[in-house]
Amino acid sequence: MRKLQFHPCGNYSETYEKEITLFETDFGRAAVLIGLIVLFAVVPFITGPYALYVVNIIGITSIAAIGLNILVGFTGQISLGHGAFVGVGAYAGAIMATTLSLPFWIAVPAAGLVTALVGMVFGVPSLRLKGLYLTIATLAGQFIIEYILVHWEGLTRGTMGIVLPSASLFGIVIEGDRSFFFVIFTALIIMTLAAANIMRTRYGRAFIAIRDNDRAAEGMGIPIFRYKLLAFAVSSFYAGFAGALLAYYMISISTEPFNLGLSVEYLAMIIIGGMGSIAGSIFGATFITVLNEVLRWLTDFLMNSGMLEGMQLNMAPLRELVFGAAIVLFILFEPRGLAEVWRIVRSSFRLWPFSY
Amino acid sequence: MNTIPLLQINNISVVYSDVIQVLKGVSLTVERGTIVSLLGSNGAGKTTTLKAISGLLKPENGRVTDGTIMFDSKTVQNSAPEDITRMGIIQVLEGRQPFKYLTIEENLRVGTATRWGKPYKRDMDMIYEYFPPLIKRRKSLAGYCSGGELQMLVIGRALLAHPKLLLLDEPSLGLAPLVVKEIFRIIRRINEEQGTTIILVEQNAAMALQIAHYGYVMENGKIVMEGKAEELRENPDVREFYLGMAASGTTKSYRNVKSYKRRKRWL
Amino acid sequence: MEFFVQLLVNGISIGFLYGLAAMGFVMIFKSSSVLNFAHGELLAAGAFIFLTLVTWAKIPVFVAFLVTLAGSFLLGFIVERLFLRPLIGEPLIYVIMLTVGLASIFKGLMLLVWGGNLYIYPDFLPSTISLQWGNINIPPVYVVAIIIGLFFLTLFGLFFKYSSQGIYMRSVADNQTASLSLGVNVRRVFALSWAIAALVAGMSGIVLGIINGINVHDLSSVGLKVFPVVILGGLDSIGGAILGGLIIGLLETFTGGYLSPSLRDVIPYIALVFILMVKPYGLFGLVEIERV
Ligand SMILES: Nc1ncnc2c1ncn2[C@@H]1O[C@H](COP(=O)(O)OP(=O)(O)OP(=O)(O)O)[C@@H](O)[C@H]1O
Ligand SMILES: [Mg+2]
Repeated sequence: MRKLQFHPCGNYSETYEKEITLFETDFGRAAVLIGLIVLFAVVPFITGPYALYVVNIIGITSIAAIGLNILVGFTGQISLGHGAFVGVGAYAGAIMATTLSLPFWIAVPAAGLVTALVGMVFGVPSLRLKGLYLTIATLAGQFIIEYILVHWEGLTRGTMGIVLPSASLFGIVIEGDRSFFFVIFTALIIMTLAAANIMRTRYGRAFIAIRDNDRAAEGMGIPIFRYKLLAFAVSSFYAGFAGALLAYYMISISTEPFNLGLSVEYLAMIIIGGMGSIAGSIFGATFITVLNEVLRWLTDFLMNSGMLEGMQLNMAPLRELVFGAAIVLFILFEPRGLAEVWRIVRSSFRLWPFSY
Repeated sequence: MNTIPLLQINNISVVYSDVIQVLKGVSLTVERGTIVSLLGSNGAGKTTTLKAISGLLKPENGRVTDGTIMFDSKTVQNSAPEDITRMGIIQVLEGRQPFKYLTIEENLRVGTATRWGKPYKRDMDMIYEYFPPLIKRRKSLAGYCSGGELQMLVIGRALLAHPKLLLLDEPSLGLAPLVVKEIFRIIRRINEEQGTTIILVEQNAAMALQIAHYGYVMENGKIVMEGKAEELRENPDVREFYLGMAASGTTKSYRNVKSYKRRKRWL
Repeated sequence: MEFFVQLLVNGISIGFLYGLAAMGFVMIFKSSSVLNFAHGELLAAGAFIFLTLVTWAKIPVFVAFLVTLAGSFLLGFIVERLFLRPLIGEPLIYVIMLTVGLASIFKGLMLLVWGGNLYIYPDFLPSTISLQWGNINIPPVYVVAIIIGLFFLTLFGLFFKYSSQGIYMRSVADNQTASLSLGVNVRRVFALSWAIAALVAGMSGIVLGIINGINVHDLSSVGLKVFPVVILGGLDSIGGAILGGLIIGLLETFTGGYLSPSLRDVIPYIALVFILMVKPYGLFGLVEIERV
């Protein structure tokens, strides 16, 4: 049996493999395993339906947020169209499920692929555009996709929305929050591992090189246009996959949620979670989803308690305010996000009681 | 008559990004009304010294970590460039950096920034008198001017600030020999007529030592030699390494082991 | 024909307002390379300050106009001081997202105070300044919009061409280090460009409010229209911003008038994508001077 590895004090990696390994120690691997066991064996059985719903939404959102982090945090291409891509995925999934009657297990990844294609189309401007111009091109993409979703009625049924048949996997019908929980979180784990592994390959390193200095990356022989397109494709695949899952989970979809606000929300997630950190994407998705729910709950409470009789308080202003404040505060005070906070907390535990 | 030196640099160290130490204890003194020339090979730290004086280290994430810089008996190290320029220190950046999308005249007007609100018409005329080629290009964009015109432009622009201390970083860079001569003649004239104190950083040591009163030689972030300009001109080491002649006046030979040793002694 | 002329006039006046809003945007971008996603909110803020002064405080219209401009100026100044200055030198995405966060905060605050309703200003423009040719009638606000547009255009043209501060602002946009070495107060330039941009935005907000009514959501979405406008004109060209504004304004009104009202809002972005494909740095963007 090989020796269990604990965390050494300092960076003692001797080989490149060691440097890029996912889990530095057996302890870390064990902790993640235990966490997963708790997640699957305990969480779905102790939470009520509402809490489980929130957990599921966090799972789906995390998948899309990881996708955006690959594009923005790792490759440095700022996209303002991620919300629309999630919408494309949702509609692609819904159309495949209804019009084409494809089964769940095909429809969802296929929706991801369709979205990846659409993402690449909007990534094409990155051939000639850099930085700000590209960001603005993705903004245009957001509006154009939104317009198409609403107005191509033959395909999307416009503002009426689409109702999906229930999903089934291996002959088992997936219905209700608990069965969806297992599907969503299995998908999340697979997608997380996939993302972490992409980042360890030469593709991931090329992405990072492009982010850090695209001229130098080009000089080193990285075909940057191809890699930028690839980053758009991968990122949109994640968005589309998440969108299709969402469509199945919500049973019916309409165009409203997939607006610019959603795109901004996704950007906020990766800023608050931590740019260029896969775990950070999940933290950020959790943070924003929970924030949304808390605010919804708070406004309901205030309305019902009659404390604000006469004031037409609704959720929108409060949400905007808190949401904006969260972004601004994180950028000003902890620009590396929750992932950095987590790292600090963890290392102070690890070093306790002898910090330094 | 004020007898304390205009600028006194006392044993400064400069560090970029908190880790890269570039200056390691540089001291130099500049008397009022003189031209002091700062010589040295590429990467010796000449530009860094100038930036330490003018406060332009800050945008490059550099800092004076040790020592003092006294200008007119006030300490100025690590002050904001806005404050330092207002005290009368103006740096002309290496490599001629005009405002490309402004006309020559507008470029010159930016030079009046430290004297905002004061009249500048007479000064403008004076600049055109020093640099006649600029007159007929007044209305054209600086981005389309020749190197010589630009060098005149950036020196003129700096003069409009009425500097007490003018820092010139390699004004001869990339210019034809005749133009270089012309520029140096004007620098000398500015010094004599305006009484402007000048620190002149140069690769072209022969030219620099002709117009300078005093000179310093830098290597690797340290001052390795100093003296009156005429003494430096006669110094065999300087002749050999910066003026490109062997002591006898013939071109130097790299195989000369003795000269290698002499060079080592400085470091 | 009458319909055509009517659309033409509407398009030109809306275009001027877009152009003015875009001009402030370009000013911020030129001096400090910040893409301001809160521009629409600055616009809305101007419209609402004016509304409050006119209807609630009952201040005479002209005074209220001046006070609003002063207030917007101050607002821009404060925003730069408090939020943007600490981020000088940080990566682009943080700066962009900061303005996105600010937009959210402003929007939330305005919704808290004024709600999501549509307000209209009391009718204060004298009907005598409307124009009438045969059957073509141009209402007063369009006349006012065009006059204000031309006035501020000239004003800023002169400011940037001849005033010292204007020249300093252009020098910072051109070469920041060189401006610093000459003692240009770069921080003042940043603050000033935000303040002036907010002032112009506030003014556009008032006029747009007169035309379309005042609503938080509508006005702040104009902030996003600025993007096609500035891309058309080139992100760094102030004159281009006005021309881009005119083109987008006309494109919008004619699409709305002849094709379909629903296409109206998305047509600027479709145009944007085409422009980016063909001329990535806009129609009037500065050609990079590469020599020296
Ligand atoms: N911003 C910076 N960050 C890190 N290192 C720097 C920076 N600027 C300069 N250096 C380093 O400092 C050293 C001295 O540079 P400096 O520009 O002062 O040299 P110099 O004497 O002016 O050379 P030259 O004659 O080529 O202009 C160089 O080794 C350079 O690499
Ligand atoms: Mg130098």
